Amino acid sequence: MSILISKDTRFIVQGITGREAINLTRENLDYGSKIVGGVTPGRAGRDVYGVPVYDCVRDIVKAHGAVDGSIVCVPPRFTQDAVFEALENEVKLIVVVTENVPRREVAQMVELAELRGARIIGPNCLGMISPDEAKMGGIGGPAANTRQAYTPGNIGVMSRSGGMTTEIASTLTNAGLGQSTAVSIGGDAIIGSSYAELMPLFEADPDTKAIAIYSEPGGRMEAELADWIRTNKSRLPVVAFMAGRFMDEMQGMRFGHAGTIVEGVEDTTAEKIKRMEAAGISVAERIEEIPELLRKRLAEVN
Amino acid sequence: MRFYEYEAKALFARHGLPMGASRVVESAAAAREAFDAIGGPCVLKGQVLSGGRMKAGAVKFADTADEAAAHFDAIMPVEVKGQKSRSVLVESKSEIVQEYFAAVTWDGRAKRPVLVFSDMGGIDIEEVAETHPDHVSKTHFSSILPLSPRVAKEAIGATGVTGSDLNRLTPIIFELMQLFLRYDLTLAEINPIGKLADGRFIVLDGHIDLEAEARGIHKELLDELGIGDDETRQARPPTEFEIAGARVNAVDHRGVAGNVVEFDGNLGLVIGAGGGSLTLFDAVRKHGGKPANYCEIGGNPSVSKARELTKLILGKPGVERIAVMMNVVSNTRVDIVARGVVSGCIESGKDPAEAIAIFRIPGAWEDEGFKILEKYGVEYCDRSVSMYEAAGRAVAKMGAGS
Amino acid sequence: MPGLFIDVKVDPEVAKDATLAAKLAEVCPVSIFKASERGLEIVESELDECVLCDLCLEVAPGKVEIVKLYEQK
Repeated sequence: MSILISKDTRFIVQGITGREAINLTRENLDYGSKIVGGVTPGRAGRDVYGVPVYDCVRDIVKAHGAVDGSIVCVPPRFTQDAVFEALENEVKLIVVVTENVPRREVAQMVELAELRGARIIGPNCLGMISPDEAKMGGIGGPAANTRQAYTPGNIGVMSRSGGMTTEIASTLTNAGLGQSTAVSIGGDAIIGSSYAELMPLFEADPDTKAIAIYSEPGGRMEAELADWIRTNKSRLPVVAFMAGRFMDEMQGMRFGHAGTIVEGVEDTTAEKIKRMEAAGISVAERIEEIPELLRKRLAEVN
Repeated sequence: MRFYEYEAKALFARHGLPMGASRVVESAAAAREAFDAIGGPCVLKGQVLSGGRMKAGAVKFADTADEAAAHFDAIMPVEVKGQKSRSVLVESKSEIVQEYFAAVTWDGRAKRPVLVFSDMGGIDIEEVAETHPDHVSKTHFSSILPLSPRVAKEAIGATGVTGSDLNRLTPIIFELMQLFLRYDLTLAEINPIGKLADGRFIVLDGHIDLEAEARGIHKELLDELGIGDDETRQARPPTEFEIAGARVNAVDHRGVAGNVVEFDGNLGLVIGAGGGSLTLFDAVRKHGGKPANYCEIGGNPSVSKARELTKLILGKPGVERIAVMMNVVSNTRVDIVARGVVSGCIESGKDPAEAIAIFRIPGAWEDEGFKILEKYGVEYCDRSVSMYEAAGRAVAKMGAGS
Repeated sequence: MPGLFIDVKVDPEVAKDATLAAKLAEVCPVSIFKASERGLEIVESELDECVLCDLCLEVAPGKVEIVKLYEQK
């Protein structure tokens, strides 16, 4: 079992003829994902590695029936429109890869998704993977590299950083710990699905036994996760890696993702670590400590 | 990106918010002229990008033109949280009977704009929220449904304000909500809003933050306000090195090779991505290394972008070597970055094998990338060496001094 | 002139085939190929940007060769 995607998920790629989209289309197909079509306005009739290209999502649905998901990989100023288009064609799972979308546009996308009963992952993310089932997005890179980093197992991974999702999974794999599903949730100040919003899915997945997350300064997402764990008495032990400790001394400077800035005490790594530890989350200082901490926590549960 | 008070007020004026007469001045003589033009008592406020101006002595009141000129000279040298004023705003001083607070910002948890209103303005709102919670209201509103003044009315009413005050405040607060969404702001604050003896309300001070990502969308407004592309408005002004980094990143839209922040060490860092850079910077410091810079590469930048970034960092005075490190990459490609940094070294007149202390980027297309590094004799490692260990190796090489 | 890392060799026949030249220009995600009235041109400054996507090899089988210079001794 896994969350969000399986080998049966049929999805599309919006912006499929762009440099990055071409890359991820090939990688997803090679990994075994089912891509039924792609969209680039004005490029109908072309194909990308055998995936037919259409002018709009509506035309794909007409030709191939309903689709489960979409990867949106278009430039920032077209992103909101592309997401709206997917939502209005009843796509229920949308991975937004694009970075640098202003938060007003993201908030509007997320609000429409709520109204339509759909879920957005991202923006500014690499998507997700259920190892040996399917992946949706650039996560892990080419299929061969993806198999090197991700193996099936019982750890759910969530990360605000796309790159660190794979770094953590790779570290887990090297230590003999596989993953149920790994989700790159995106590094922006407003994102479609936060740690706390994905926790119920992992909680309901019998194959997920523990969670590893990547965390950094800025925002309230760790506080929200801590609250969720406490209120719902989660069965899942959580281990977090906290990056950007140097930023605690550098108020008002933005590093890393759009959401990564220390403006108040609550944004600092020191404060976040305190909150997470109070909710029973183990915090690692180095990535390579994560497997050991997970093993320890799993042993306590059993 | 924070606006100076006078810029925030220019934006407010564009949308008809009520304010006292004012003028921005850059000399004592101009302050005197402004006082005469406004006629009557004035307040002079140093234009800096931070709060705490009153406490620091950058806000002064003048009853005569001579006083205005003297205050100008007194305000300009004052440092407010490390910054000096770029100019002084001379504004007519009004008799205020009560002060109010209004701000719109994003709530990342609710993913909605939130309007915060209080009838106890002028003081720290966090403090009011703790000591007088019934005098602060927080009201979320939709960013997608039509905006309606009733949200402002409810927010104001929730603090106990009624009568003509309620009816006069509502359009002001509603305008603030509209500005917030229309200009992609991350903060639109009026603090305080002053109530005059005759019952009218005016904006006394404002704080506007425009989202950096939306600068392109609002180019017309920024041009009108005279805010140039190089003005990053971070906590400190950008250095030459950082401005050059931003130019490298702006060359094309393919990926990111930028967000360069200058430090004064000897180890140049070509690191990525968003999260990996934070992790690696921590690791270098933990090993006692002295970074010359922070930076981020990600989103699969073009070879030319990675090359230009490498040249920029290698060309920084004091930089002896660079460490090229990232987390296991997915979309950014090892071979593309390898091509960029190797050619960047060569174009800088340096031997890549000497200039690159360590190359630790495993992941997408690593076989191709490693072939390039082999060819040029660059020391590299794969995922079996952790980010922390790789940073240690780079720092150790610097220590060896060779 | 080749790039530092990549060179592209094209069968001279392709340069005369306007349709194929246009096709190459269309599929290349990094604009290495340019189709003009004179036929196909190679944009030398972009050679090192090649992402090895093989799309050019697909549309012109046997007529285009991508050379990885870093594999040569």
